[in-house]
Amino acid sequence: MSEKKLKYVGTRPIRHDGVDKVLGKANFGADLNLPGMLHGKILRSPHAHAKIISINTAKAEALDGVLAVITGDDFPPPPSGKGSVEGPQDFGDMARNVMAREKALYTGHAIAAVAATTTRIAEIALKAIEVEYEVLEPVMTLERALAPDAPILHEEMRAKGEEPLPEGPTNVATRTVMGFGDVDEGFSSADVVVEREFTTETVHQGYIEPHAVVARSISDGRAEVYCCTQGQFMVRKYCSKVLDMDPTQIKVTASEIGGGFGGKTVVYAEPVSIVLARKSGRPVKIVMSREEVFIATGPTSGSHIRVKIGVKNDGTITAADATLNYEAGAFKGSPVMAGMMTIFSPYRMDHVRIEGFDVVVNKPKVAAYRAPGAPMAAFATEGVMDELASQLGMDPVDLRLVNAVKEGDTAAYGPKFKVHGFIDTLQAVKNHPHYKAPLGPNQGRGIACGFWFNAGMQSSANVILNEDGNATVVTGNPDIGGSRTSMALMAAEELGIPVDKIRPVVADTESVGYSDLTGGSRVTFATGMAVVEAAKDVVRQLRERAAQTWDVSVDDVEWRDGHAVAMNGHADDHEPLSVAALAGSAAKTGGPISGRASLNARGPGPGFATHICDVEVDKETGRVSVLRYTAVQDVGRAIHPSYVEGQMQGGAVQGIGWALNEAYMYDEKGKLQNPSFLDYRMPVASDMPMIDTVIVEVPNPTHPYGVRGVGETPIVPPLPAVAHAVNQATGVRFRSLPISPPRVLAALDD
Amino acid sequence: MAIVVLPPALRAAVEGSERVQVKAENIRELMSTLRERFPLLEETLDAGPAVSIDGEIIADPFLEKLEPDSEVHFLPQIGGG
Repeated sequence: MSEKKLKYVGTRPIRHDGVDKVLGKANFGADLNLPGMLHGKILRSPHAHAKIISINTAKAEALDGVLAVITGDDFPPPPSGKGSVEGPQDFGDMARNVMAREKALYTGHAIAAVAATTTRIAEIALKAIEVEYEVLEPVMTLERALAPDAPILHEEMRAKGEEPLPEGPTNVATRTVMGFGDVDEGFSSADVVVEREFTTETVHQGYIEPHAVVARSISDGRAEVYCCTQGQFMVRKYCSKVLDMDPTQIKVTASEIGGGFGGKTVVYAEPVSIVLARKSGRPVKIVMSREEVFIATGPTSGSHIRVKIGVKNDGTITAADATLNYEAGAFKGSPVMAGMMTIFSPYRMDHVRIEGFDVVVNKPKVAAYRAPGAPMAAFATEGVMDELASQLGMDPVDLRLVNAVKEGDTAAYGPKFKVHGFIDTLQAVKNHPHYKAPLGPNQGRGIACGFWFNAGMQSSANVILNEDGNATVVTGNPDIGGSRTSMALMAAEELGIPVDKIRPVVADTESVGYSDLTGGSRVTFATGMAVVEAAKDVVRQLRERAAQTWDVSVDDVEWRDGHAVAMNGHADDHEPLSVAALAGSAAKTGGPISGRASLNARGPGPGFATHICDVEVDKETGRVSVLRYTAVQDVGRAIHPSYVEGQMQGGAVQGIGWALNEAYMYDEKGKLQNPSFLDYRMPVASDMPMIDTVIVEVPNPTHPYGVRGVGETPIVPPLPAVAHAVNQATGVRFRSLPISPPRVLAALDD
Repeated sequence: MAIVVLPPALRAAVEGSERVQVKAENIRELMSTLRERFPLLEETLDAGPAVSIDGEIIADPFLEKLEPDSEVHFLPQIGGG
C-alpha cells in the first residue's frame, strides 16, 4: 500500500459526468433512437399463478404496423444440464423468467412481446393476443409456501441440502445449516437468553430509471445492445445463455445509469429486444413503465427470521442460533445464504448454529439489492442485541464492544477476519456528540451495526496517454456512484497529472477487456486496482522514453509529480521532462504510450458500519420522523470522500425507507396493489434530515491505496437502528417491518 | 498441511470430520486430493464453490498458494448488489 503523501486521492473534484447530468444532456437507457427503430412492448400475466394453455398471436400479427410478435416458442429451449448453472445463476430459470413457457409464476411475468412502428400500435397489439390460462391458487407468503397443502410452483422441484428435507414436490429449494461448537452447551452457560422472531416485507430497489434497451440484429447473426445495466459484460453473457448465442456475437454498450442497487445485475427485456429485432429485421427499443419495474423486476426477499442469543451478565455472548426463511420469488435463489453468513458476523462466538431456507413464492424472482440478504438478518440479530443490552442494563454500544470481532477472530460463517475497523466505528459512535445529545418527548435513539463481505473479482483497464499529455482511462464498469472520477483520481495520483486532465470512459464490450459487473461494492477496489496497474505501466514506459532521450539507464530515471527526473549523478545534465513533453515526443521514441491491466482482484476486505438514529413518534398519527442520523463506517481509504459519503447517505436513506414505509402490498389474487412511487412510499428529500457521516479509515492492505468496498454496508444497520429508536420513543418493540403509521397506532393502542 | 474446515452439510462426505488435513501447495492440488480421498465431495467441488484461504474469500479459486498451516473454508457463491 502506498505510504507517500497523496496529492489527488482523497480530494473532492467535480465528477467528470456531472455537467452533462446537471444539464440533462447525459444519455440514459431510453435516450437512444436508431433509424427505422420499432417500439417493443411486453404482454404480462394478469395472474400470479397459472398454467398457460395456449397463446394465439394471429390477430396481433395482422395489425398494420406490427412487425413481430414473439412468445416463448421464439426462444431456444431454456438451458439445462451442464453449464446451465454458474454460481447463484441458473440460466434455465433465467430464460423462463425472461419469457414464460409452461406457467406464469407471478403477476407481471412476460408471456409474449410485440414490436411495432409506434408504442400505441404495440399496446393495441398486446390486447389482441389471446392467452388461455388455467388459473391456480397463488402462493404469496412464506407461511403458505411452507404449508403441507401448499400449491406447488415447480412440480419438478425437490428440496436440496441437509436433512430433514421435505419429500416430493415442494416450494423449498434448499435447506442449509452452518455453524460450529455446541449451541446447547453455550445456552446452558448463559445468564440471559433472548429469542425473538422478525419479519420483513418484499421491497424494491427503487432506482429512478426504468429498465430500457435498444437492440439491433445484424445480418451475420450478431446483435448490438444498448441498455442501462450494472454490467455490459453480464448482459452479453446472460443474453448469450438465454438465446444460445456465442457471447462475442453480442456487443453491449452500457448507457448512463439512473440507479441500480443490484436490480440491474440481471436481464429482463434485453433478450426479448434481441429476438424482436431478429424477427422484425429492425432495431427495437423497449422501455419499461414504472409499473412494469415494480411488477416484473427483482425486488428483494420478504423474510421471517428467528434469532436466539445467550449472554453472560457481563455481556459476553455464549451462543447464538438462527433460522432464516427468505422468499426467492418465482424461481429459486434468494439471498438467504448471504443472510446466514452475515447474521452473526459482527460478533465473536464459540457456539453458533444457523439454518436457512430458500423458498419460492408467486412474486417476481428476487434480484440483488445492496448487501443482498444482510439488512433483514441484521434487523433480527441487532434487535435481539438491543433487547439483551436493555435486560442487562448495559449501554448498547458497550454490549457490542464486548463482543465485536477483531482481526483474527473467527466469523460465524467460518473463516477468520483480516484487519478491519469495526471497533473503530463503535468507538467513533461513543465519542460522537450525536450519541450524547439530549432527546425530547416522544423521541428515541437507536444504534445498530452491520457487516458486508465486499467483493473483488475480474476487472480490466486501459490507460491511454494522449499526445498532449492528457490521459484517457478506459474501464468496463458502468458508473453508478461516481466511480469514473475515483478511477481518474487514482490514475492522476500514479501519473502525476491533474485529475481534470484525465478523461474516464466506460467502454462497450468490444473496447476493453472483460470486467465483472458493477456490484458487490467492488469497482473502486477491483477496477481501481486495474487502473493503478495500467497507470504504473504507463509510468514505466514514460521512464523508459526519458531514459532513451537522455541516453541513461532507466534505473537512473524516477517519476515524480508528473515528471521524469534524472537521478544518480545525471540530475545536473538533464532538466526534468514533463508527461506532456514525453507524450509530445512519443513518435520519436517508440510511438504511442498506453498501459493496460486485467486482473482478478483478491482481498476486498470486510465492511463494518455502526449507525445512530433519532426519531420522533407522533402518537396521534403514528408517523415516525427521523430527526437526526449519523452513519459511521470503515471505508479503508476514501478515494473521493464526497462519493463515499454519498454511498453512506444513500444506503442509510434506503434502509430508513425499508424500515418505515416500503412494502409490496398484494391482494388475495396476487396482484400488486402499489406499483407506483405514489403508493410505494419511498423516502424523499423532505422526509429526511441531512445524514451525517463519519468516515473511519482502516486501510485495506491488499489495495494500493487501502480501499475497501463502501456501497453496500450502509444499508445494513438502518433497519434495526430505526426500530430501536422507535422502541425508545414508544416503549414498543417492533419486530415486523415496515413500522408504518397504521402499525404504530395499532401497537400504541395495544 | 493445509486444514480444510467443512460446514455441517459436507461433513458426512468426509466421514463426519469438521477438519481435514490435506498436503497441497495450491488450491488445484487441494481440490484434486479431496476428490481422490472423498469422492462424495465431487458434487460440491464441481459446483464451483468459493473458498476462503486464511480469511480471504476467493470466488473462483484455482492456483492460489497455500501455506503449510493455511486454513481453507468452502463457501457458497455470494452475489453483491
